[in-house]
Amino acid sequence: MRTARKIGFYAAVILLALFSAIPMAWAVMTIFRTQADLFLSGTNPFVYANPPTVDHLIFLFNQTQFPTFLWNSLVIGLLVVAITVLLAVPAAYALARLTGDWGKRSGMAIFLVYLIPPTLLFIPLYQMVVALHLANTIWALVVVLPTITIPFCTWLLLGFFRSVPEELDEAALLDGCTRFAAFRKIVLPQALPGIGACIVFAFSLSLSNYIYSVTFVTESAARNLSAGVPTELIRGDVYFWPALMAATTIVAIPLAVAYGLLFDYLVRGFQSAEAAATGG
Amino acid sequence: MSAHTASRESRSLSQRVVEFCDRPRVLGALMFGPAVIYVVVFVAVPFFLAIGLSLSDATVGSPTLNNLVGLQNFYEVVHQEAFVIGLRNSLLITALVIVCLLVLATAATELLARDFKGKRLLQIIFILPWAMPVSLAAITWLWFLDSQFSPLDWVLVHLGLLGPGGLWGPASHAYYLGREWLGIASVVVVDVWRMLPLATIIVLAGRLSIPRERLEQATIDGARFMRILFRVIIPALAPVLIVAVLFTALLVIGEMSMVALLTRGGPGHSTMVLPYWAYLKGIESGDLGQGAAIALFLFPVLLVAAVLALRMAYRTQED
Amino acid sequence: MAILQTQSLKKHYGRIHAVDGVDLTTADGEMLAVLGPSGSGKSTLMRMVAGLEEPSSGDILIDGRSVVGIHPRHRNVAMVFQSFALYPHMSVRDNIRFPLVSRKVSRAEQRSKLDWVTGILEIDDLLDRRPTRLSGGQSQKVALARALVRDPELFVFDEPLSSLDAQIRSQARAELRSLHDRTQITTLYVTHDQLEALGLADRVAVIHNGVLHQVGTPRALYQDPADLFVAGFIGDPPMNLLKMGDTVLGARPEDLFREGEISEPAAVTLDVEIDQVEFLGAESLAYGIVRGGLPDAGEQPPRVILRFRQEAEHHFQAGERGRFVVPRSRARFFDRKTEQRVAEPKGVGA
Repeated sequence: MRTARKIGFYAAVILLALFSAIPMAWAVMTIFRTQADLFLSGTNPFVYANPPTVDHLIFLFNQTQFPTFLWNSLVIGLLVVAITVLLAVPAAYALARLTGDWGKRSGMAIFLVYLIPPTLLFIPLYQMVVALHLANTIWALVVVLPTITIPFCTWLLLGFFRSVPEELDEAALLDGCTRFAAFRKIVLPQALPGIGACIVFAFSLSLSNYIYSVTFVTESAARNLSAGVPTELIRGDVYFWPALMAATTIVAIPLAVAYGLLFDYLVRGFQSAEAAATGG
Repeated sequence: MSAHTASRESRSLSQRVVEFCDRPRVLGALMFGPAVIYVVVFVAVPFFLAIGLSLSDATVGSPTLNNLVGLQNFYEVVHQEAFVIGLRNSLLITALVIVCLLVLATAATELLARDFKGKRLLQIIFILPWAMPVSLAAITWLWFLDSQFSPLDWVLVHLGLLGPGGLWGPASHAYYLGREWLGIASVVVVDVWRMLPLATIIVLAGRLSIPRERLEQATIDGARFMRILFRVIIPALAPVLIVAVLFTALLVIGEMSMVALLTRGGPGHSTMVLPYWAYLKGIESGDLGQGAAIALFLFPVLLVAAVLALRMAYRTQED
Repeated sequence: MAILQTQSLKKHYGRIHAVDGVDLTTADGEMLAVLGPSGSGKSTLMRMVAGLEEPSSGDILIDGRSVVGIHPRHRNVAMVFQSFALYPHMSVRDNIRFPLVSRKVSRAEQRSKLDWVTGILEIDDLLDRRPTRLSGGQSQKVALARALVRDPELFVFDEPLSSLDAQIRSQARAELRSLHDRTQITTLYVTHDQLEALGLADRVAVIHNGVLHQVGTPRALYQDPADLFVAGFIGDPPMNLLKMGDTVLGARPEDLFREGEISEPAAVTLDVEIDQVEFLGAESLAYGIVRGGLPDAGEQPPRVILRFRQEAEHHFQAGERGRFVVPRSRARFFDRKTEQRVAEPKGVGA
């Protein structure tokens, strides 16, 4: 019976992997299809009728604004991460340690900020961005995207800081630290996994954002990947499929690897945060 | 070392400032403040602006709040067919996604809660749908579900389900994104596909916090897997499942790029969702007032849902 | 070396009085145990002395200087936590050096202090390890080293032995005592374990519901408890407390003798039926019911515990019945209402 269970288990694992991977696998295949191959109807799509080519990749990097989008997304992502960490880390610590009981329970309350969806805010934010003369620059996104990343990262970090025993803080105080020094030298190092998870999340959330990018930035040169790729590579009714698939794959795979390696940290982050939120 | 107790008078001004800032309340305010200010400026202010906009006749051309028209925008909006369908679809899609996610995430959790060979690889593959930006995920599925070149169609034809003599009609193509209900189903599938990793992580976190003894006790008591799942694991996961539901609901209901790229709301308006309609009305058509009114519609629904869900989460925890 | 003094120290949390007026004075260089059950206020008292909580009212003086309102890092008080609170991301060496680094002590002095402390506590071989790789006993030594390295005026120990395995506890206790004797640093030792308190401390302060019940040497607390709470709390097995009208008679299990065994005049003579005997090696404990001899005992016949050494003439069995006396010199009496110790009431020892 045990082997049957094992087979069943691994079958389920494979099924899950297939479910996640198949659209991507199809995309990867598409990248190397010749133009002729692409629009063959009725033949087996899982083999290459004509030999594969890298022409589309060359096209993507040389004749589209894809590299610009990559660069923009990277810059925006890093800046947003920096702002998020600078604001969310102290905020989470303050909630965990310095504001008494209500601070600790505010875990779920922070969540409520998300009730105000970007789709509600994007219109007035658009006006604000225009008023600040930031429209059509990457700064529009750098300034606005932390509204999405900060509440979430604060929530996540709150759980991490809560899981650090307060006795460590107290020992540091007695050992000669100010409260801030205790935070910096003793508590912060304990929460590094949480901060790492935050960085990943913040980067991803900023990369993913479509609605703000599309609304605030109409010039291609300043667009990020999410908004730029669809608009650049879909011109009217013409879809440059292989290039599109190349773009999505080039972005997706490194992100998947990064997140996958941090998978356990993400789970841990949620474990702490959930314990904090449900009064555990 | 001699006694090190500092007397109050002998400290300099800068030392006094440091001491003052180090008091719990002050330090708390200093550390929490910047984040609060930022959120207030970029969330609270726009929120009230949005309310203001929805009550005015502002357009992209003249985006001023001078002319307040009361609830006229809301009235006009509610009477548009696209709005009614959009509201229906937003709620329907979110509900279907949540139901599917609850089942699939719980199942996936049972797999990922155990150790096995190749787990690392599975984690990377599994998280891919969520790791990639939403619009790029939509594009990937757009090609996968293409009305003419979808590999899925080819497989279904070869299985005898499509094509002449097939179960699902003589057509060789399913037009996943070009029909009303099939389109909605496709959006649901893609949303489930991309949200599953996040939902699973949330549930997995709760699953790993269940004390081992409780599960071992159930096994000793003779329960088999399914019974343990339903009698022990799921009840213990209740508050966490609610968190997962909340999170994913918020992320799904507010997402416009999915529909924007997959179906463009079509055919006609049949797969429209509210955020996309708000965008079309507000930014593309330029009627900021109506756009804001549409966007605001979801807010009370979300608020009620969130409050109810939080209440339930706290209550199950107290049991 | 310093004298710790608290004056009318109080701490309220809303309507809960955790500490309700504590006056305590230590002698210079003594080890004073603060003993009490959980919730007695001993932890709150300790935290106020260390500076981790501020009192609601009252004063705390170290060597005559009031420290209320002064940040913990300026108080020159060192604390060893129950969980040891070692910094997990630092090596043992860095943990011990941390207080010196925080106070900007010179490298040379850091090294000499480190050598001194590791020598006393014999932890030279642990210096490069991480706290997660230490046993309970080793962690305790590192925590002690970190506290000691600052040359504090006052030590506060928070249940330092309770995290240790039972086997090493007595050894750790002896080491703590010898460390104290060597360094002569005034120490406040907080615990709920009365054996620990009695075995280690120069004096013991018994605290309950935020109030001190008695302060004295271990022997004084054992032989002359000031009230019912102290009488019942100190001693294992606990003192027999038997109702006699308006008084309560206290008699330790070893203070009950078989009638005729001693020549001293008896305070009472009890008729006891033994129902259980526990063999503990060097001695045995007998549990029984008092069937007679107590005037006004109340509705239920009270239970007693008796203690016999192995060399005793008669080894009691379950089911036996016998007469036992409590000598007048050993009997203690307490007023039932006030719970305070009183003199022998009239009519006793006829």
